[in-house]
Amino acid sequence: MSSTRQPHISKIESKTIMDLMANNRRLDDRTPTDYRELKIEVGKIEKANGSAKVHLGKTKVLVGVKVELGDPFPDTPEEGILTVNAELVPLASPSFEPGPPDENSIELARVVDRGIRESKAIDLKKLCIEPGKKVFVVFIDVYVLDHDGNLIDASALGALSAITTAKMRDYEIKDGELIYKEGLIPLPIQNYPIAITMGKIGNSIVIDPSLKEEQVMSARLTVTVEKDGDICAMQMAGLGELAIDELKKAVGMAVAKAGEMRAKVLEAAK
Amino acid sequence: MLNQSKPDKLIDDRGLRVDGRRPDEIRPVKMEVGVLDKADGSAYIEQGKNKILVAIYGPREAHPRHVALPDRAAIRCRYHMAPFSTDERRSPAPSRRDMELSKVIREAVEPAIFSKYYPRTTIDIFIEVLQSDGGTRSAGITGTSLALADAGVPMKDLVVACAAGKIDGQIVVDLCDAEDKLGEADLPVAIIPSSGAVTLIQMDGNLSPEEFEKALSMAVNGCKHLYEMQREALKRKYLLIKEAVEEKMDVKEGE
Repeated sequence: MSSTRQPHISKIESKTIMDLMANNRRLDDRTPTDYRELKIEVGKIEKANGSAKVHLGKTKVLVGVKVELGDPFPDTPEEGILTVNAELVPLASPSFEPGPPDENSIELARVVDRGIRESKAIDLKKLCIEPGKKVFVVFIDVYVLDHDGNLIDASALGALSAITTAKMRDYEIKDGELIYKEGLIPLPIQNYPIAITMGKIGNSIVIDPSLKEEQVMSARLTVTVEKDGDICAMQMAGLGELAIDELKKAVGMAVAKAGEMRAKVLEAAK
Repeated sequence: MLNQSKPDKLIDDRGLRVDGRRPDEIRPVKMEVGVLDKADGSAYIEQGKNKILVAIYGPREAHPRHVALPDRAAIRCRYHMAPFSTDERRSPAPSRRDMELSKVIREAVEPAIFSKYYPRTTIDIFIEVLQSDGGTRSAGITGTSLALADAGVPMKDLVVACAAGKIDGQIVVDLCDAEDKLGEADLPVAIIPSSGAVTLIQMDGNLSPEEFEKALSMAVNGCKHLYEMQREALKRKYLLIKEAVEEKMDVKEGE
């Protein structure tokens, strides 16, 4: 069992962030709704079916996608399988330790998973080879390389970029048998969910909190927005509270911001 | 209820749900505190077919010692489902879902606890789902704050949770298992009723921003309803103790 630990930050840094925030300003001169500079490189890992390296400010996340054969789940015999795993690699932060996944990496993986699954970003029905017997399994592995805050959005952007650009071997199904053909085809992608994470600092809500901001923020909220502006996943964390009005405001901020971020993913995936 | 078949419609022509409820109606709820002898505080909650037992141990000496925090109690939580609690037997080993729920439940109740009163100690929350019927995290939170109150842990207020969601295109409160699995969205919400602050919100499925606001207000209304029942359950325990004491005194006077 774990407990939520308050991160260590010096009082003077914490005060600086709070004082700036009171005037709607941030340490790196962003407005409350600005993301840090985003750079997405796709296809860097040749051995993966798809990959994306996301630089969000100084946060770096590498996502790899592998498509393999597997058995379907008994309750969804006609659907392919999606699994998301996240590794908080010890080289990424002094607070990460080697060992089995802790609750933070599990939560990270599950929030990324929920966005992709609930928006039906991948049409899993198209990944069935033989109902009840054989399906394709899409493994999305999130590898955090440098932790400077907002791992959820960096990972979700990376996962979306990686599945959007992933290629699998072309195939046909003859009498329930899988036969590979020449050439490569994309994964059946039909939605583009964007996770927007916000932090509550003092009485303000800011998008894309940096590590320093995460250390002073009281509550964290992630809202995942589909391409039509609907919401498909939410997750709140931290020891703080959100008033109902703050919650509604945050959802509005996320819905308003998602289009801009989705355009960046589609641009990188071109 | 084993091997129940899949209903075609989740809301029938009369506007009633699979278990006969109206959209804004929560399931029958039973709450009881002080149900375990050895725990410092405990509670039992039934909500629909959910049957959940919660025990609190602490504030107690932190063990192992390195988990202790210098300025407040370390609050830990284990949410666990019994192997026989679901249609298919589940492994008793903690799943990734259990790990995530343990975290969100802990973070939902912690803002209400005056943990600074007990530095270097732990407060351990053990939630055992004996039978699950959808909405176990919400019922678990409602039961946890009852058990914390029963343990005498100082809190700002009770924390209470309730879900809302969307089934057959309609927003409804307190989803049961079938509605959770076959419906279009689930939105569990925990609040501290005295301030109205939200301490947990999660969502999966599909909601437009307007539907979200409607579901949120329905979940909050459900919370307020459950909050009254929590208060009653706590009072009931002490009324029973009072009655027992008075009875004893009557016997003595009659001697």
